[in-house]
Amino acid sequence: MILRAEGLTKSFPGVRALDGVDLSLRPGEVHVLLGENGAGKSTLIKILSGAYRPDDGRVLMDGRPVEIRDAGDARRLGISTIYQEFNLVPELSVAENLSLGRPPRRFGLIDSAAMMRRGGELLDRVGVRVDPRTPVRRLGIARMQMVEIAKALALDARVLIMDEPTAVLTTGEVGKLFEIVRRLRDDGVAIVFITHHLEEIAEIGDRVTVLRDGRSVAEVPAGTSQDELVRLMVGRPIDQQFPRRPAELGEPLLSVRGLTRTGAFDDISFEVRAGEVVGLAGLVGAGRTEVARAVFGADRYDAGEVFVRGRRLPPADVHAAMEAGLGLVPEDRKGQGLVLGADIGENLGLVTLRDATRAGFVDLKGQRAAAARVAGQLGIRMTGLDQEVRTLSGGNQQKVVIGKWLVAEAGVLILDEPTRGVDVAAKVEIYQLVNALTDSGHAVLMISSDLPEVLGMSDRILVMARGRLVGELPAAEATQDGVMALAVTDVAGSRAE
Amino acid sequence: MPSKRSAAWLAENGAVAALVVLVVALSLLSSDFLSLTNLLNVGVQAAVTAILAFGSTFVIVTGGIDLSVGSVAALSAITLAWTATEGGLPWPAAVVLSLATGVACGLVNAALIAYGKLPPFIATLAMLGIARGLALVISQGSPIAMPEAVSHLGDTVGRFLPIPVLVMLVMGVVAAVILNRTYPGRAMYAIGGNEEAARLSGIKVSRIKLVTYALSGAFAAVAGVVLASRLASAQPQAAAGYELDAIAAVVIGGASLSGGKGRALGTLVGALILAVLRNGLNLLSVSAFWQQVVIGVVIALAVLVDTLRRRGTN
Ligand SMILES: Nc1ncnc2c1ncn2[C@@H]1O[C@H](COP(=O)(O)OP(=O)(O)OP(=O)(O)O)[C@@H](O)[C@H]1O
Ligand SMILES: [Mg+2]
Repeated sequence: MILRAEGLTKSFPGVRALDGVDLSLRPGEVHVLLGENGAGKSTLIKILSGAYRPDDGRVLMDGRPVEIRDAGDARRLGISTIYQEFNLVPELSVAENLSLGRPPRRFGLIDSAAMMRRGGELLDRVGVRVDPRTPVRRLGIARMQMVEIAKALALDARVLIMDEPTAVLTTGEVGKLFEIVRRLRDDGVAIVFITHHLEEIAEIGDRVTVLRDGRSVAEVPAGTSQDELVRLMVGRPIDQQFPRRPAELGEPLLSVRGLTRTGAFDDISFEVRAGEVVGLAGLVGAGRTEVARAVFGADRYDAGEVFVRGRRLPPADVHAAMEAGLGLVPEDRKGQGLVLGADIGENLGLVTLRDATRAGFVDLKGQRAAAARVAGQLGIRMTGLDQEVRTLSGGNQQKVVIGKWLVAEAGVLILDEPTRGVDVAAKVEIYQLVNALTDSGHAVLMISSDLPEVLGMSDRILVMARGRLVGELPAAEATQDGVMALAVTDVAGSRAE
Repeated sequence: MPSKRSAAWLAENGAVAALVVLVVALSLLSSDFLSLTNLLNVGVQAAVTAILAFGSTFVIVTGGIDLSVGSVAALSAITLAWTATEGGLPWPAAVVLSLATGVACGLVNAALIAYGKLPPFIATLAMLGIARGLALVISQGSPIAMPEAVSHLGDTVGRFLPIPVLVMLVMGVVAAVILNRTYPGRAMYAIGGNEEAARLSGIKVSRIKLVTYALSGAFAAVAGVVLASRLASAQPQAAAGYELDAIAAVVIGGASLSGGKGRALGTLVGALILAVLRNGLNLLSVSAFWQQVVIGVVIALAVLVDTLRRRGTN
């Protein structure tokens, strides 16, 4: 046993996040932590990494009790952590982020050549192709995740903790990550792995600890069936993972023609009809998010046109896009989706603030009522609408980002990684809400790195590779292999990296 | 249990607790402190700072800063006095022009920030110089008498209600209503909390910033006119350095300079703390030099205690 946690307890105002949790880690094992959104997984690992002090309980390493008061203590004990919410400095370069706190020095000054070299090596290890000089803010969410992983590898850890590292990665990167994890495991590192993708458990895990409402309710082998895992975690079975109910198709609500931005995407044309869910698949860096943001007016484009209900949208004008009935759930909830310091009610009401204003005054009561309704529908685990969003668990934060657009009832909703970090049961709720949207004649464009989700919930699938649309498949004919084959299409000379 | 509840409320509102402690301490140390005349005096002292600080609250909630409010207050008052006396305008027109001056300064600040992408610190620092300079140019460096009708703003109605205090309360309510109940107010919090998320939620960030700085300018104009009325003349050097008191009042009141937090009531309490402190130190005959030291220490302590308390709950 390399690390043992006994009876860990931690309360926050209004909630007991952990209630006597035990966990034991053996060297050379991948230990999966499983539990619903808000079950206490992140709180548990934050105690092991020194971010929180437990109210009660203790941690032993190699059989001896240890005090982990801060990140420095954790590092000295050989515990390295990849947090669910990234800890990267957006304005600094990738290389600087990778050696944050311990930059290589020469004569007391930072040796930037060595820093770049080391950054490049670490990036190679995780297989991301980015220039170490790029500022982190320019990376998409998936690449940020890979940088976080590279950062954790920079320390030679005995215990490596990974909080939902695969939530935003596509199949290719997940494969890369698993190779790294297996190699570390074979070197005797103990790995804590948190995921909501159940199929990953059997593939990478050895043992599973299930948390429910802050208690450890079971420890089972990773080979346990998915149905049984769900039952342990949620307390009831889930009958259908992807309950897509195709709706009657109407006229095209969103038409995109020849959309181009040099260096990002090229000649993108497609339509989404009333009642339709169109999936947009592709590898990280294929340009899906860039297209979505340009359509919504969040970024500019160089050529092409966007029409909503036949009316042309002015480029780079979010407000006009919203007036026309377009909505976007962005992929980066911390950076683009949430006001972390504001409460849940305010965040849920942000999109409808304008519409709820009469004679200059905001109808705060109506806003709260709508927020309470959506929070209930999505099962947001909170102490009340006045809880600060910052203190919600990751999955519950994601529900707030989706929720604020559900309140708005946008005619065409673009979802960019909508279920990132959401647990299996809550995912089904979100899918049901997507069904309800299309039933009432709305249209949905869905980007997801989770291929089963794209296949399971779309009526039609578009595939992008290197900034171009390379194929279109009706859902009935699409398979994971078929989509992947298209996604790796090499479009010669179409895109500068 | 009301006493337990109010104790909890006090713990939540560190600034109010500090004010109470200060008042109790001063009334023990100086028998003059609790006299009616002295308390009214404190109110009048607080009024100008508080009105400026309400305006700064809008700006600080959006994550910006406005260093120009003291200068804009002086310029607005000079505009009023000059147009009414030299320009021969009827006083209501002069008042409108004075407010318009404040708003115009705010709009220029906002345009530089929102469209010119200047940092608020720099844009308003420039305005601090420009507005002060214009006030000196227009007045040729000397005080101008306020029109009779307007200078009643410095009076006391009956024996108990100084008009500056009344104006302060009205402006406080206006600020609170704007911040809590109107679209621009709610949007200010969103922008201060996460500007990108606000933009992607359909909030026209640049437009809200125009409103924000225009409000700050308008509040500065009101403060300038109240100050000039009390002194019976508009002085080009008036309110110099008041921007720092205004910012201190907002921050003592619980706002965060990184944006997204702040309330009108907190700002009022912050301004009262500064006024009570100055008044008390005068009563205790502390030298003006030491007063500055004490006030600096109190500002640091107030914010420090607040930060520690917040960290404690997280
Ligand atoms: N700083 C905090 N202040 C108040 N409550 C908190 C804080 N951090 C976590 N909580 C609460 O503790 C509970 C457990 O949260 P935690 O983040 O550990 O969940 P999780 O299992 O990681 O969920 P997810 O799958 O959504 O990431 C939640 O109810 C959350 O709201
Ligand atoms: Mg978590």
